[in-house]
Amino acid sequence: MDMQKLYLLVPLAPLFGAIIAGLFCRVIPRWVAHTVTIAGVATSFIASLIIFQDVQAGNTFNGTVYTWLTSGEYTFEVGFLIDSLTTTMMLVVTFVSLMVHIYTIGYMQEDPGYNRFFSYISLFTFSMLMLVMANNFMQLFFGWEAVGLVSYLLIGFWYTRPTAIFANMKAFLVNRVGDFGFLLGIGLILAYFGSLDYATVFAKAPELATATIDLFGEGSAVSLMTATCICLFIGAMGKSAQVPLHVWLPDSMEGPTPISALIHAATMVTAGIFMVARMSPLFELSTTALSFVIVIGAITALFMGFLGIIQNDIKRVVAYSTLSQLGYMTVALGASAYSVAIFHLMTHAFFKALLFLAAGSVIIGMHHDQDIRNMGGLRKYMPITWITSLIGSLALIGTPFLSGFYSKDSIIEAVKFSDIPGSGFAYFAVMAGVFVTAFYSFRMYFLVFHGEERFGKAEDAHHHEHHGDHDDEEASHDHHHGLAPGQKPHETPWVVTLPLVLLAIPSVVIGYLTMGPLVAGDYFKGVIHIDNVAHPALATFLSHFHGAAAMGLHAFSTPPFYLALAGVLLSWFFYMKRPDIPAAIQRRFSGLYTLLENKYYFDKINDFVFAGGARVLGKALWRGGDVAVIDGVIVNGSAKVVRWISSITRLFQTGYVYHYAFTMIIGVFVLMTLWINRA
Amino acid sequence: MSTYPLLSFAIWIPIFAGLAVLAVGSDRNAPLARMLALFGAVAGFLVTIPLWTGFDVANGGMQFVEMKTWIPRFNINYHLGVDGISMLFVILNAFITIIVIAAGWEVIKEKVAQYNAAFLIMSGLMNGIFTSLDGVLFYVFFEASLIPMYLIIGVWGGPNRVYAAFKFFLYTLFGSLLFLLALLYLFINSGGSFSILDWHKLPIELAPQIWLFLAFLIAFAVKVPMWPVHTWLPDAHVEAPTGGSIVLAAIALKLGAYGFLRFSLPIAPDASHELSGLVIALSLIAVVYIGFVALVQADMKKLVAYSSIAHMGFVTLGFFMFSALAIEGALVQMISHGFISGAMFFCIGVMYDRLHSRQIADYGGVVNTMPKFAALFMLFSMANAGLPATSGFVGEFMVILAAVKFNFWIAFAAATSLILGAAYSLWMYKRVVFGEIANSHVAELTDINKREFAILGVLAFCTLWMGLYPQPFTEVMHASVNELLNHVNISKIQ
Repeated sequence: MDMQKLYLLVPLAPLFGAIIAGLFCRVIPRWVAHTVTIAGVATSFIASLIIFQDVQAGNTFNGTVYTWLTSGEYTFEVGFLIDSLTTTMMLVVTFVSLMVHIYTIGYMQEDPGYNRFFSYISLFTFSMLMLVMANNFMQLFFGWEAVGLVSYLLIGFWYTRPTAIFANMKAFLVNRVGDFGFLLGIGLILAYFGSLDYATVFAKAPELATATIDLFGEGSAVSLMTATCICLFIGAMGKSAQVPLHVWLPDSMEGPTPISALIHAATMVTAGIFMVARMSPLFELSTTALSFVIVIGAITALFMGFLGIIQNDIKRVVAYSTLSQLGYMTVALGASAYSVAIFHLMTHAFFKALLFLAAGSVIIGMHHDQDIRNMGGLRKYMPITWITSLIGSLALIGTPFLSGFYSKDSIIEAVKFSDIPGSGFAYFAVMAGVFVTAFYSFRMYFLVFHGEERFGKAEDAHHHEHHGDHDDEEASHDHHHGLAPGQKPHETPWVVTLPLVLLAIPSVVIGYLTMGPLVAGDYFKGVIHIDNVAHPALATFLSHFHGAAAMGLHAFSTPPFYLALAGVLLSWFFYMKRPDIPAAIQRRFSGLYTLLENKYYFDKINDFVFAGGARVLGKALWRGGDVAVIDGVIVNGSAKVVRWISSITRLFQTGYVYHYAFTMIIGVFVLMTLWINRA
Repeated sequence: MSTYPLLSFAIWIPIFAGLAVLAVGSDRNAPLARMLALFGAVAGFLVTIPLWTGFDVANGGMQFVEMKTWIPRFNINYHLGVDGISMLFVILNAFITIIVIAAGWEVIKEKVAQYNAAFLIMSGLMNGIFTSLDGVLFYVFFEASLIPMYLIIGVWGGPNRVYAAFKFFLYTLFGSLLFLLALLYLFINSGGSFSILDWHKLPIELAPQIWLFLAFLIAFAVKVPMWPVHTWLPDAHVEAPTGGSIVLAAIALKLGAYGFLRFSLPIAPDASHELSGLVIALSLIAVVYIGFVALVQADMKKLVAYSSIAHMGFVTLGFFMFSALAIEGALVQMISHGFISGAMFFCIGVMYDRLHSRQIADYGGVVNTMPKFAALFMLFSMANAGLPATSGFVGEFMVILAAVKFNFWIAFAAATSLILGAAYSLWMYKRVVFGEIANSHVAELTDINKREFAILGVLAFCTLWMGLYPQPFTEVMHASVNELLNHVNISKIQ
């Protein structure tokens, strides 16, 4: 088969499924909707596998599909760039998407919006594929906003819930703040590189390495690369939820769990990471931008991890964990270890999708009670969910030989050898983060699967405090109702557990298998560009690398292993042995607890300053500017002036043409009005 | 090239159709009046299609030119022609006329013939504006087109229609008078020519250029409308019937913007450069200030009216950065805004017809009772917020990219519309469409019927087409925009 047709097939197959399921969602039966979309995504996955083989054989592609627009000296095209980075993303996206599609059959079986949901997730798959396959910034931005749109639609999937429709608008707007920077970055690219085509831009980058622009007035001479890269990275901060644009991601958990796994853990939120890795030829030219990246990433990795510790909603624990892991990936980017960031992106996609889907399975078993304080001892009732969750958690905390270990340890090692400004702080953050990750992960694990069975006891499970500031007791129709007294949780059907098992496999082995070629080998040769002189961190780390097995064995003598172990043991001690201690700590350090509970007050500040401020400003401009000054003074004032002038001109009968024109128009309109009103 | 006088057809078919509809007269014959009006609108649209299919994209000058002597004593001619700048607006206008006739189909029950006739006549007059190459002819059409709009607001409008109609008329008339003076000045200084194309070549010193520019600016700024002469628009929209709002937003606002390209830039290029800072500043105020004002509106029509002003800010911004990308972006924005604002006003009309309220607070949970409508309204709200793959993105994207090259901070201010546009569009959508059913009126809503679905479907198709494949739209502009830029870049001071 012609490879170029196959490239087209990859995004178009899910799009076809989405259109069928979407346009006819009210007329087709459910089995048609899920069959056509699953067939689309499966086709796309298989095609991606074939393309992967082809790229491995050395056949990369960079070409145009069609010319979108020409204007002035510029041409904007829709086209594909198929190389090892693209195929990696294509495989991750289509595989996780396929798993989520299958899982959805079970998760959404009682939902009236079943067909619509399948349409959305297939549309998402299409958009994400267009994003990763783009060969230019315009298409990248297309995909970028399109995944944002589908995320908006899916967070607000249950559109009658006030929290959901608040969360989806918030997600879209916060992402738009990021896109604002991203678009300006793209503008700088077009203005100074004269093209939006990746290959052209990257080829031209070295000669512009020292170019400056007078951003802040004459002679301010800001480095073009730094300005461009920071603008682009602001886009990544929105999409990949980096502090301070992270605020939308925890709220996005209002959406159904399958999309939390697909969009808000495995794929969409990693678009920013992918984008920066793709732009490595640009970022490598600005150490300042990389410093900015590494510091933002480090803050996100550590401080979002802390928030995971105090969450009681099972999905929110996983959400904060995702934020923290995205911070790790960003740190890797800042340390110029782009391949490591992509490596962690991939392993994370598997184990975090697994954790989310397992959380969803728990939620089904618990009849939509999401509060981990109402769980406990579920391992007896949900064995497959239990084992796969354990695997996911172990992978996440970096247990040697599991996938998360290879990617996370590589990040830590790369940062250790990095010497750009901010890397010292980042190294501390990612090390401390190991402990925090292990602690919150196993806190959740123990509370859900071990210990006392706390379900079916509380008279009314959903009267426990609700996350967020937006009360939705009445609106949340059949969600959050929980198990009735005496009722036991049950294992979920095979369509739910099969994806768990299929995701657990790569969560275990993918790191061991791919660490060598992906990070140490030349898999990304010619795709990711690293200036080894200026940023030698990854090269230094790799000079110590002697194969995946040796790395695994060596781990037992390194601090991260013991930090993770300490985190697990402490959570076991706190939540299995002495549950009184966390409660005591919470009382003792109530100030700190309040700070964490309020998520460092980001939401409150945003609500007050930006949302509130915009409304106040809008009202002031409207009432003060439009109504009072313009209408009140100028319009009414000139009406008076006109009356005055006309009273004078009337005296003179000047015979100016405009006077007659005026009279004629008025006359015609008066006659017409009279005549029409008479009819 | 066609041998038929297509441009005359485009002007006079709707006008004569309008007169024929008027002849039908009373409301007893309303069905006949509607059919006749629709027939006239479709015929008027069909004759404009050859303008696009037969357009020579390599030619930057006027095409389909018609020239007849009108008033020889003053050298006034019936001189018509279109170039890549005006051609698409003639088609857009004819297209929107069909939409408007269909939009009022079941809704307008009183003075049906007069209502439809007003729109048809206005459509023809506005085609006259877009195609006139003679100053007097342009002026006659420009002023005459005010009358039907004035009547539409004044006769079929809301409770406060007289105030709104008068404000509209007063504002625009004020601009017109200065415009007429400018035309007379040009007539005298060009040695007695009213040909706009002659004026393009007329050398003028800087001082008179600046006076001319200011006269044009006031005339056109009111029409666009630009801040601070915009306050008539929200009032006019609120009082106008749905069809009036659609035409006002989709076409009438474009007349002012078109005037900048046909008069201000080529006739007073040095003054345009000199005063570009002023226009850019006003445009950015429109984008940012009006964006905030739109955010706090409680009336949906006012909100969309303000968002129109903000979107037109991109148009005037694009014109005065003097690059092909910016001007074509502005033109694309104008056409796109025709589709999107037309659709937005129609959506509000659909809800108003059922609930008789435009207040956001009277709605909530519309998706529960009108799912089809909600889906289409979502598309247009997103287009209004400039989402890629809709036409709303293309123009903004082009203008912002051109602005970065021109001046980073201008782009910075313009790009805030990415956030503001999303904020006011989606916040309104959330409050109106999402949520539980807010009250018993919303619970009784019926979803859109076939006619309404067809109108929104056609507009949705146009919005997506232009978003996914804008090339055919910009292709026809290139030569004329380059021609215009050549004019603007050559000084007229001797």
